[in-house]
Amino acid sequence: MAATHSETRSARHSRRVSLRNILVRWELLLVVLITVVTLINIQQSPFFLKPVNLSRAARDFMELGIMMLPMTYIIIALATVDLSVASIMGMCASFMGLLFMNGVDIWIAVAAALALGVAAGAMNGFLVAHVKLPALVVTLATYAFYRGMAYAMLGDEAARGYPESFTYLGQGFIGDGRIIPFSLILFLALALIFGVVLHTTTFGRYLYAIGNNEQAARYSGVPVDRVKMILFVLSGFMSALAGLVLAARFGSTRPDIGLGLELTVITATVLGGISISGGTGTMIGAILSLLLIGLVRFGMGLMNLQGQVQDIVIGLLLIISVLLPSIGRMLSRRGALSNLNVSQVLQVTLFVIAMALFVAFFLWSRSLL
Amino acid sequence: MVIGKERTATSLGLMSILVRFREVGILFFTVLLIIVVSILSPVFLTAHNFRDILLNISILVIVGLAQMMVIITRGIDLSVGSMIGLVAMMVAFTVVAFPGMNPLFALLLGIALGAALGSLNGAIIAWGKVPPIIATLGTLSIYRGLVFLYSRGDWINSFEMPMGFRQLSKGTPLVIPNLILFAAAVAILVFLFLRYTQTGRDIYAVGSNPQAATVAGIRVDQVIFIVYVISGILCGMAGVLWASRFESAQTNTALGFELQTVAGPVVGGVNIFGGSGTVIGVVLGSFLLGTINNALTIVKISPFWQLAVQGLLILLAVIVDSAILRRLQTATKQGNR
Repeated sequence: MAATHSETRSARHSRRVSLRNILVRWELLLVVLITVVTLINIQQSPFFLKPVNLSRAARDFMELGIMMLPMTYIIIALATVDLSVASIMGMCASFMGLLFMNGVDIWIAVAAALALGVAAGAMNGFLVAHVKLPALVVTLATYAFYRGMAYAMLGDEAARGYPESFTYLGQGFIGDGRIIPFSLILFLALALIFGVVLHTTTFGRYLYAIGNNEQAARYSGVPVDRVKMILFVLSGFMSALAGLVLAARFGSTRPDIGLGLELTVITATVLGGISISGGTGTMIGAILSLLLIGLVRFGMGLMNLQGQVQDIVIGLLLIISVLLPSIGRMLSRRGALSNLNVSQVLQVTLFVIAMALFVAFFLWSRSLL
Repeated sequence: MVIGKERTATSLGLMSILVRFREVGILFFTVLLIIVVSILSPVFLTAHNFRDILLNISILVIVGLAQMMVIITRGIDLSVGSMIGLVAMMVAFTVVAFPGMNPLFALLLGIALGAALGSLNGAIIAWGKVPPIIATLGTLSIYRGLVFLYSRGDWINSFEMPMGFRQLSKGTPLVIPNLILFAAAVAILVFLFLRYTQTGRDIYAVGSNPQAATVAGIRVDQVIFIVYVISGILCGMAGVLWASRFESAQTNTALGFELQTVAGPVVGGVNIFGGSGTVIGVVLGSFLLGTINNALTIVKISPFWQLAVQGLLILLAVIVDSAILRRLQTATKQGNR
């Protein structure tokens, strides 16, 4: 993996300008896709555009948005992902539920859960920045460990009975109109802060610098290890916060809360034009992509598709959004297609046949029973 | 690295000592665990329980070896659990539709289906240049979604499955259950493949140093493609055995299994930076995981702790590994001076 990263990094250096062009086009592409999906959704249901429906639907994606913000930073700076975000979310929400069920005041439990999120992020950060372990392996291990702690805390029980002052975090509306969800405002405020920090401050420039060339950034005096630490702590804190919002929205906590959400978080971030090889991407892109994913999920919900079947589309989106720039690069290399030799053509043909046979068997065998 | 003939004499000596030390270390830890748990509970150290542990880790060993080969090339395959689930589901439905089918044909069918799924991973990663973690995270949810599409809410129960298919994993013509024999056969085949075939050697070369491998004329893309196809093949086999062993095919078959398949090799000393890993290490690592899970149950620790213990164990193994590796690197540097 490290090798492909360094390869794409060197390729990117020579192509900085054209990549910037792609980026501009990327955000345009997102706007076009959003328009198309909106039109399809309107066709699906005439009530889709009613403000009440839209605002209620928006509530369902705010945890996702909150977790995306630090993930954007991590992908830009480290060209890697934090796989443990959904597990931190589960552990912290479960911890809060456990404390609350044992008679602790809800707001003390909330503070404790946020502190646990910071600690969980700090452990990830310490192992990555100071023990120098690859982030993927660390967060894969803590993905199991933190989720395991959630199960260890709550077992097969659910914490419930939260006071209304707490569930307001996920269910409440601002004002009398019951139009603007509180969680939407919370997300927008956080997104604004994260966007301003990324695009206007020294810290934000550090992130791009590290993402473009970690060695060079280190030699120019960027405190790389401290930045890494901050990123993972931030990720832990925001995941805990997202966990609280989700628990408030559900009104209860089970240890499997948010299971598998890391996939959607990563997909949404990468789809926003934040290149997985690091160093590029904007907060606007990330937010547009959240909007797109929200609309796609909402639309599929209108079509009565199961969550797991919706995941097929999310998975496809993830792969395609990374595959597209790579295919573009391949085609832009002059004569790439004419250089194919016989054995390569044979391999591709065999692959296509194998896929076709699989699909045929998939359909045929299911029609037997 | 243990088979790294191309390395210098000093580092070869050090490496083989380290690797042997590593495997002895796991063995030592396993024996210690067995002794402690045996004192705590008399039912632990029995032939029956030992057989249970081996049965429980057989599928893990098969898929863990696939994961090892992927990790050696600096990749990771997170879609293994979904591939197992999808193949188990498709083969189970087919077997129920054709009860007279030879179980070995069902196994071949599963292998073919797995190869197709693996080749999609391989194509996206080797040809499309998508990072393995992203590609297989995507196919993890695509394949699992296909399981749901395929099942349409139905599942296969134990009584629907033909006897012959159930016997595929449970039969004991050679005293030892077939499932354990399958795992042993796969382990031996993978060992021979990695040690004596050109492609097997190329897998280590690509993982040790992709640039050098390219310069040496190895077709890196092709090796990476093949590794993911092998992963699919072994997952296809595992899917059939899973359906046969648990006598069912449900939408959540092997859900989350990818984690254990990474844990087994990593605990067994497969280097997460690629380039090294041994069959015996994976077998020992999987055996340690299996023993721990079995011990947790026997000592009556809540099963809800299992996941946390597994996560902690991977972390520990990775930290120990990197510490040893760093000491070794400074040692070889001084040795060369």
